[in-house]
Amino acid sequence: MLRYLTKRLMLLVGIVFVISVGSFYLIHLLPGNPATVILGFGASPEAKAILYKQLGLSKPIYLQYFVWLGNILHGNLGISFISQTTVSSVIRSALPIDAEIIILSQIMAFAAAIPTAMRSARKPDGIIDRVLGATSFTLLSIPPYILIVVLVLFISIKLGVSGTGPSAYVSLGTDWITNLESLSLPAFTLATVSFVVYYRILRSDLIATLQEEFITMARSKGISQRRIMWCHAFRPSSVALLGAASVNIGGLLAAGFVVQYLLQIPGLGYTLILAINESDFLVVQGIVLTVSVLVVAINFFFDFVINMVDPRISRE
Amino acid sequence: MSSFSLEEAALMVEKPEKSEPLGLFFWICVFWIGLNVFGAIFANVLPLPNPLTENFNAINVGPGLHHLFGTDDLGRDIFSRIVYGSRVSITVGIGAILIGFGVGAPLGMLAAYRRGRFDSFLTTIMYVLLAFPAIIATIAVLSFWTPRSLFKIIVVIGVASIPLVYRVIRTATLSVATKDYVIAAKVQGATDRRILMKELLPNIAPIAVSFFLIGVATVITLEGALAFLGLSVNPPTPSWGNMINEARTVLTQNVWLAFFPSLALCLFLIALNFIGDRIRSHFDVTEVKL
Repeated sequence: MLRYLTKRLMLLVGIVFVISVGSFYLIHLLPGNPATVILGFGASPEAKAILYKQLGLSKPIYLQYFVWLGNILHGNLGISFISQTTVSSVIRSALPIDAEIIILSQIMAFAAAIPTAMRSARKPDGIIDRVLGATSFTLLSIPPYILIVVLVLFISIKLGVSGTGPSAYVSLGTDWITNLESLSLPAFTLATVSFVVYYRILRSDLIATLQEEFITMARSKGISQRRIMWCHAFRPSSVALLGAASVNIGGLLAAGFVVQYLLQIPGLGYTLILAINESDFLVVQGIVLTVSVLVVAINFFFDFVINMVDPRISRE
Repeated sequence: MSSFSLEEAALMVEKPEKSEPLGLFFWICVFWIGLNVFGAIFANVLPLPNPLTENFNAINVGPGLHHLFGTDDLGRDIFSRIVYGSRVSITVGIGAILIGFGVGAPLGMLAAYRRGRFDSFLTTIMYVLLAFPAIIATIAVLSFWTPRSLFKIIVVIGVASIPLVYRVIRTATLSVATKDYVIAAKVQGATDRRILMKELLPNIAPIAVSFFLIGVATVITLEGALAFLGLSVNPPTPSWGNMINEARTVLTQNVWLAFFPSLALCLFLIALNFIGDRIRSHFDVTEVKL
């Protein structure tokens, strides 16, 4: 177990290194001198001096990386040249919104996927399984940016449910009920995207587990179907599910970007797209770096959880 | 209809003697993909109105005889824009996956066949790259690498897909590489090149074709998301994604503007996914977990 975790930790360090080099190099993809592109032509010498210090632009490129990395490690992601606030404060105010949407969506997705997958696995190829299978297959081909447009059209515009449409966002601190209303459509969209994946994976794993001998044993002892499902079959079948949930995080964040963009919810995604359109490159870089490192860290955490669920993995 | 019969022929060749039929819906899907590809290739030969011509006398017209799917907020014909828009989606989808397969597939096969240090080195690198959320990396690179063009989008998505293709092809090859007939070929003194091309390649072809199609669907979804965020080809060039993006601002006035490109995209994706899934189960390849 310890050896396995050390190995994973070393891989994690490698990945974070690659991410940091990648994010650092982004600035150099800009055509021309980064300082001129980031600040625009009419920039004051003071602003330029700050940027040169932040990015170490006067040094050779490999030293620039270390200057930049040193700043990052001190929590200094630079200053947004549009709003004149620090990038880290921009991220701090936006990140909780993404976290809230994703947590809400995951609760909904698991709450829907686990019972339906169990229902399907009980009678594979039965009528319920077929209907659920066809539905999930169709949902698989509907991207989140279409789903959210359809939901907004029907629920906010056609049915006129207040507090769900574009720019209806209210922060959690102001009023939590209105906040939940304004995040319900985004969370539902992400939940649907995850539900399809979770349902399909859990269903096929449950079917495989239910054919194992210890299940036959439990059945012969006369244990109820429900108890076998929850107490015997669920845990060994949930490894791939957790793996999928872990891999899903990156996609969910991205899907969250799209949803926020349509509804103008000031999370990371909306902030990111605004920053891209305004050429506020340090904000873009900061968000990309934060999100990537977060995703990798979450994946690492899930690895740990999967290990707890199925200790056989680390022994291999 | 040329592309339709070509695809049909390609699939017929691989069809083994005794297996259940692919089913009617499968052929409907193949026909639909063929129709879309045909439309994309011959868009400027077909009798369609110019997708860029603005007509301020016919703004936000609903579907009808004159404009099949209606017109958008600038009076441009939606049907024509959808047909032209399919060009962007299909080009990006196929182009990017070709890059992914061009690099990822040979590496994956070679790694699974050779094993040893070469394999573990390459696999570690690919797993590191795979951990990096591809869509966020794509958004990041495309926002800095300006001005954006179709070529850059294809390259960025293509490179991002390499590790995924590598993993699928490597897993598929691994299951074949230890089979008796491969060992027999080795014993007979067949060259590595011969084993890779004549023994391994035909056996992983079904899963490769299946993953290719599902990959194209995934890339088209991704391009749509990028276009929706305004990071794909620049307007006025239509693409399914940026048409939905443009519809975003006029949702209340013109529902059709969002409806038709969404429908076109979804039907295309459903058809691709279904064909890919069907091919995989038809050849009874054990499911590779993505």
